[in-house]
Parts: sequence; structure tokens; C-alpha cells
Amino acid sequence: MKKEIICTVCPRGCHIDVVGEGDVISSVEGHGCKRGLEYASAEFAHPVRILTTTVKIAGGANELLPVRSAKPVPKEKLFDCMEVIRSTQVELPVASYDVIISDICGTGIDIVATKTVKN
Amino acid sequence: MYDVKCDVVIIGGGPAGLAAAVAAKEEGAANVLILERDNALGGILQQCIHPGFGLTKFKEELTGPEYYSRFVVKAEELGVNYMLNSMVLQVNPETNEVFCANSEHGLTRVQAGSIVLAMGCRERTRANIVTPGTRPSGLYTAGAAQRLVNRQNIMVGKKVVILGSGDIGMIMARRMTLEGAEVVMVVELMDYLAGLTRNRVQCLDDFGIPLKLAHTITRIEGNERVTGVWVAPVDENKQPDKSQEEFVACDTVLFSVGLMPENELSRKAGVEINPITNGPVVNQYMQTSLPSVFACGNVVHVNDLVDNVSEESARAGKYAAKYAMKTLADAKREVKCVTGRNVRYLCPQTIQVTEEAEKVSLYFRVLWPELGAKLIARCGEEVIAQKKEFRVNPGEMCHVTVDTSKITGDEIVVEVLKEEA
Repeated sequence: MKKEIICTVCPRGCHIDVVGEGDVISSVEGHGCKRGLEYASAEFAHPVRILTTTVKIAGGANELLPVRSAKPVPKEKLFDCMEVIRSTQVELPVASYDVIISDICGTGIDIVATKTVKN
Repeated sequence: MYDVKCDVVIIGGGPAGLAAAVAAKEEGAANVLILERDNALGGILQQCIHPGFGLTKFKEELTGPEYYSRFVVKAEELGVNYMLNSMVLQVNPETNEVFCANSEHGLTRVQAGSIVLAMGCRERTRANIVTPGTRPSGLYTAGAAQRLVNRQNIMVGKKVVILGSGDIGMIMARRMTLEGAEVVMVVELMDYLAGLTRNRVQCLDDFGIPLKLAHTITRIEGNERVTGVWVAPVDENKQPDKSQEEFVACDTVLFSVGLMPENELSRKAGVEINPITNGPVVNQYMQTSLPSVFACGNVVHVNDLVDNVSEESARAGKYAAKYAMKTLADAKREVKCVTGRNVRYLCPQTIQVTEEAEKVSLYFRVLWPELGAKLIARCGEEVIAQKKEFRVNPGEMCHVTVDTSKITGDEIVVEVLKEEA
């Protein structure tokens, strides 16, 4: 299988062609640097993204707590994660980096607060 | 009237105001006061819940709230004062007074040693670009929609067309998709992307959202709620080809068509405004044409990275503190910064040359994208600084750093040349 990957490591935005099957990569072409090579290989086999969204604050008048995945989550799990986050409410107070949902969707990654909200 | 005294007063508690406040304190100003019209510090970063901030400044990828929180913590540690819910009405540069309306104290007069303008910018709207059609509900600027969705828990629509491929537009495309809306397309007038490639990949390509370059919205339809827009390709003069017009059904249109520095206060105070940036003319200390008034961040020129805003705002805060404490060195002479080939504007626009040699970074935007570019700063024919860039692009700010001891004459020209193959 061949995939064209646009590198996002720097603003140069190299178009990199990766050929392979699953985890096995047979060729990478078009990268401008070593970081691009690493990015394209990882993006081909296991694309991941930082997920950011909000969680409703319980009892608050439409107040929201911004949250993020502590580490990037697999791209194909983004919508599954959103489902879980949408049905979550959080009690105050919350401090920055408090775990709001641990091990979301079995990824081993926590959803954490990105802001301190006292009351 | 409620009266307050301070050394440095800062108008705006967003990333620019916060960085200026921290730097003013660190420089030794005893009393630094931020006036903020919102009910919290942080400015626009409060609604920028996505990652991508801080890569230059902190060497890690932070979300907006994480980024500004670091400055708020620092400001609180240093004892920066702030007044929230305070709308500044007037700046008087002769007396260094700032008048604001505060919900607790009423009309308030702040007497300061120096003033920092950090009001940021606001979005261009449909009215600015004059899109024809009806005026139904469902039309938002991308940033207004972002505030509603991310701070007020109000979903703005289900089927969305976005005009403009700036970063805010693309980030809202992803945000709306994650929240369950369908983003039909992103329409961009230019034949190149306005925002960062990374955002195209992670906000559009990831979700299969089509990007229509060299297209525009020619008409908006709908009576109570928008029912759709007409989209047509444009020629090299940006004129739509009506024969290829196509109807796109939607219930929401987001406009991500640029930002304008918010300078009503600056103009009223008599600060000289640059017609290209629409922001105050400043020197390397971020000092405006009125010596006690400094300015920083998006009120001066619209930045693409908050990291740059923090850097230039720290400079504004530092020198505003020096001014208030009367320790700002006198200039021997003033040098003008002049735009050359493929340079749209420069910031700062003037350089104060003092006894001591200084390194000054001249920030600028190019007019058109170019591959293989050489950035040059010269006095007459003599090149005093240069650097190579693989690629330059109007969406990404460039800079070249000069040594003030090398400046001859009263003018520096900055230009971008095509590199010889």
C-alpha cells in the first residue's frame, strides 16, 4: 500500500510517499530531513492526534472545562473518545492536569483538565 | 470618581498584556496594573482549547488555556494587579491617565507612569468583505462561533460551510466535526492555503473535509435561517466565474476572513497608525509615536504565533517599565525601516540607535509565496544582515536580525530576493 503523507513537523510541508503493509514499511521517499522520515513512518503505521475538547461542569450554568488527551491518541479512536467525553460531567474544583477520565477507550491515555477552575 | 495610581498600566489581559505585565515587574516596576474588559484573564486563548501553542517559547505543545495559565501564575507570583470587567474608554497621553468603566467601582481614573496598549484584534466580518445575499441567522465569524462552542456550550449549527482557510477557520472545521456537525467544505479565495499546513492535515484532511482553493461564496440564501450558499471559482483577478456557480446547502456559514488590530483607543489618543498593519507605528522598544505609550501583540500587527506575541510584549513591558522609572536610554538618532521587494510591512518601523549596540529583530510578512528566498537587510548597498529561507509565505511571519552598531545612514531596507540557482 502506498500513502502520500504531508509532513507537519515544520512549515516546509514535504509531501512524503510511504510504501508498506501494516507496521512494515518498505520505502519512504520525499522527506527533507530525519524528523520527517520518523514522522512519515509513524503516521503511516499508527497515526495519532492530541484530542482537545470540553467537558460540562456539573451544576454550572453552561460552564465548560477545557480538556486534552495527556498524550496523542490513535486517530481512529477520536470519535469513540468524543462519545465518552460528551457523556461526562465534572465536579468543581478542578486543577490543571487533574485526570478527568482515565484510560479513555482502553487507549491507556488519560483525559486531563487544561485549566484550573475553582468554583 | 475612583482613583488608582500605578507605574505601568496595561490595557488588555490577553497573552500580550500578560507577557508585558510579567516583564514590567521583572524589570523592577513596583506597581503594574492590567485593565481587562472580560471577566477573566487570558484573552482569546481562553477559547483556543486546541494544541499548537508554545512550541517556540516552552519547547512543548500546549493548548491555549495551558499557555496563558503559565503567565497568569507568573503574574500572580510577581504581584501584578488587575481589574476585570473594566472597559477602557479613553487614554490621555499628555497626563498619562487612563479612564475605564468598572462594574464594581464605576468610572475609574488610572494615573500611570507609562501605558501599554495590548487590546489585540478583532475579526473581519461578512460586512467587511461584502458578500451578497440575504441576511438570515446562522452567519458567524469563526472566532465568535469558537467562543460560543468552547466557552458557552452553544452549538452553532449542523451543516457548515466555512469561508477562508485561515487557521481559525480550519480549527473550527475540526471542532464542529468532533461535536457532530457536518462541515461541507472550506472555501478559499486565494489559490494557496491561508493558514498552516499542519492545520490542513489535522483539521481538514483527517476528516475528509474538501478545500476549494481559488473559490468564493458569491451569494447567501435563506430567509430566517441560512439555507445555502452559491460557490464559484475565481479567475486570477479574484472575479468569480458565474457560469460555474454551484449551490451548496448548509444551515451555518463561518467567516474566517482575517483579523484587524483594534485601535479605536490608540487613534483617539493620537498614536500614529501604520496604514498597512493598521496598528501603531513602533520602534524596537515597542514605543509608539507618543513616548509614554507602548504597544504590543495583535494590536500592533496580527501575528500567526502567540509565542511571537509573548516575545514582543515582554519587550514592550520591559521598556514601558524603564520609561516609567526614567531609565530608558536616550537615542542618538532614529533610523527608518523601509520595505523592499516582496515585503508587505515591517515591525518595528523605526530603530532608536543608542550608545550601546543592540540586536534588533525586524519582523515582516511577504506579499507572495516564494521558494528559495534570501532575506536581506541593507543600508544603501551595504548588506548588514541576511539569511536564507527554503520557503516564504504570507501566512508565516519572517524576521531578520540586525546589529544596531552596523547601521549607517538613516534608513534600513529589508527585501526578499530570489536565490540564484
